[in-house]
Amino acid sequence: MAQMTMIQAITDAMRTELKNDENVLVFGEDVGQNGGVFRATEGLQKEFGEDRVFDTPLAESGIGGLAIGLGLQGYRPVPEIQFFGFVYEVMDSISGQMARMRYRSGGTHTSPITVRSPFGGGVHTPELHADSLEGLIAQQPGVKVVIPSTPHDAKGLLIASIRDNDPVVFLEHMKLYRSFRGEVPEEEYTIELGKADVKREGKDVTIVTYGAMVHASLKAAEELEKDGVSVEVVDLRTVSPIDTETILESVKKTNRVVVVQEAQRQAGVASHVISEIQERAILHLEAPILRVAAPDTVYAFSEAEEVWLPNHKDIVEKVNSVMNF
Amino acid sequence: MKHVLENVESQFEMFQILNEDGKIVNKEYLPDLSDDELKELMRRMVYTRILDQRSIALNRQGRLGFYAPTAGQEASQLGSHFALEQEDFILPGYRDVPQLIWHGLPLYQAFLFSRGHYHGNQMPENVPALSPQIIIGAQYVQAAGVGLGMKMRGKKSVAITYTGDGGTSQGDFYEGINFAGAYGANNIFVVQNNGFAISVPRDKQTAAKTLAQKAVSAGIEGIQVDGMDVLAVYAATKHARERAINGEGPMLLELMTYRYGPHTMAGDDPTRYRTSEMDSEWEKKDPLVRFRKYLEDKKLWSEEEENKVIEEAKEEIKNAIKEADKYPKQKVTDLISNMYEKLPAHLEEQMEEYKAKESK
Repeated sequence: MAQMTMIQAITDAMRTELKNDENVLVFGEDVGQNGGVFRATEGLQKEFGEDRVFDTPLAESGIGGLAIGLGLQGYRPVPEIQFFGFVYEVMDSISGQMARMRYRSGGTHTSPITVRSPFGGGVHTPELHADSLEGLIAQQPGVKVVIPSTPHDAKGLLIASIRDNDPVVFLEHMKLYRSFRGEVPEEEYTIELGKADVKREGKDVTIVTYGAMVHASLKAAEELEKDGVSVEVVDLRTVSPIDTETILESVKKTNRVVVVQEAQRQAGVASHVISEIQERAILHLEAPILRVAAPDTVYAFSEAEEVWLPNHKDIVEKVNSVMNF
Repeated sequence: MKHVLENVESQFEMFQILNEDGKIVNKEYLPDLSDDELKELMRRMVYTRILDQRSIALNRQGRLGFYAPTAGQEASQLGSHFALEQEDFILPGYRDVPQLIWHGLPLYQAFLFSRGHYHGNQMPENVPALSPQIIIGAQYVQAAGVGLGMKMRGKKSVAITYTGDGGTSQGDFYEGINFAGAYGANNIFVVQNNGFAISVPRDKQTAAKTLAQKAVSAGIEGIQVDGMDVLAVYAATKHARERAINGEGPMLLELMTYRYGPHTMAGDDPTRYRTSEMDSEWEKKDPLVRFRKYLEDKKLWSEEEENKVIEEAKEEIKNAIKEADKYPKQKVTDLISNMYEKLPAHLEEQMEEYKAKESK
């Protein structure tokens, strides 16, 4: 076991797969010699050469198309979109093309592509860097959306994503890149996509969450414990498709749910989680399911992040509402 | 600064080998094709003209669905395809079904594509190609990836892709040629300039005097070709292919052509935006007419041979439609099983639901 930050675990996963499979290619804006704007690909070009890890022209749509074409030639592309706010430039390649490749070709062609991209607030980035846009891609059949919250999950999920023969969008929360270290096995391992993880066991209320909000929820759970409320925290890890089974198991135990996301209330995947629970477990509920989410405005100007982004206090408040319903 | 534009434009004079009377006007570049190859090229063009006529009729009868007419573009579509090898990868636009057929897609599958059946998109294993791309420009960025993949694999093959004149205004058009240029990828980019993007004339797309000169922005070679002249199209494509497999990078070909029919069969009426004078002017340039004259002068083609091709085409089209009719109807469970290699839980659940419905 080694102590790694999430960014180190991500680099380690790419190194593992570059080593394991000569078809794995890592490319994007500044990922080569520079090692990426966050150092996620640090040292990879030096170790594996310019044919495996390379820079591209500055054009997200072109990067998406390049990945699709390389996929058609038997490669396993791992392109990077520098910030997920720039996904609008490559929406067609992701949702209009790679997500549909297997289906539209009746299984004769595939897109074994993992699109990596940072997102997430709390680090005062300029405009359109931090926006949570996972909800957009989660609505597209044919592509999976993975969001790790720990170094351990990040490595296992990224290896599994790269090995998946269908496209995966792998979103990395910028605030989690270096904010803490965690135990990460040095050897290779995978974490099955589409499986949630119970990050904290509890019996009074379930919090379903993902990304940076996992940590805010864990912090809230600690506070709530002091007041005698036992909180179970379910980390979705894959936000499309969601792990309904694990969610329901928890809900049937606690009978109360709060869904927590960083995205605006009208965005993200919280509504989908809530629909699944109400369709499948309404008779197990003691209270309505409440949401913690950002206000329905455009992402905050950086100085306003603190008042805008959901935090552990908002979660405590919502959990108390559910407990006292 | 006017002279700068003139200098650029003078680099893109139209390349022609065969004039409207079927006479060779450019001996130097006359491609080295055998008599049999010349006849095969004519056979394919005649066949494809009949395929277009029959497809329009079948569409009107409701026996075909989406159809984008091809008459007029035979030299452009088939001359360029004739310069390819079987291992070359085609990324067609929605009008480029003929190239897929001559690359090996069975006719009945092309008809299933038109009707909207997934089997129409299941390329046979020996047919390196994607099904027709509906999103204008997407095929260009994808082609750059295929071309780079071929280069990295050391293959002596190319990725060829087609768009129309309107498509050159898309961002993906520019990104595609620029990426391929930056990587020196094995690509041929074809622009079939038929003068109109639905109703919008070519000069409303751009102030550029040629579309071929857009290659300059990517730093790659570009050439404007008489797209009604099958020998010129063949020679230019062959040249582009040789350059690409020799590691000299991609090329952009602008083929000056015309579609005699509407944009698609979905209600477009070309008389709203085209004059009959314009149509008859281009009918004089018909690629079949001039190539027929050329071959007849060489005693390589006769009315009898042409009629034989026509009958053959009609017979094969009739059989292909029957085969398409017989192909099993699609079920929701088929669509679900084509989504992922391994079905996620929610689709497993929906699969069971639809299996139950389908067994009723």
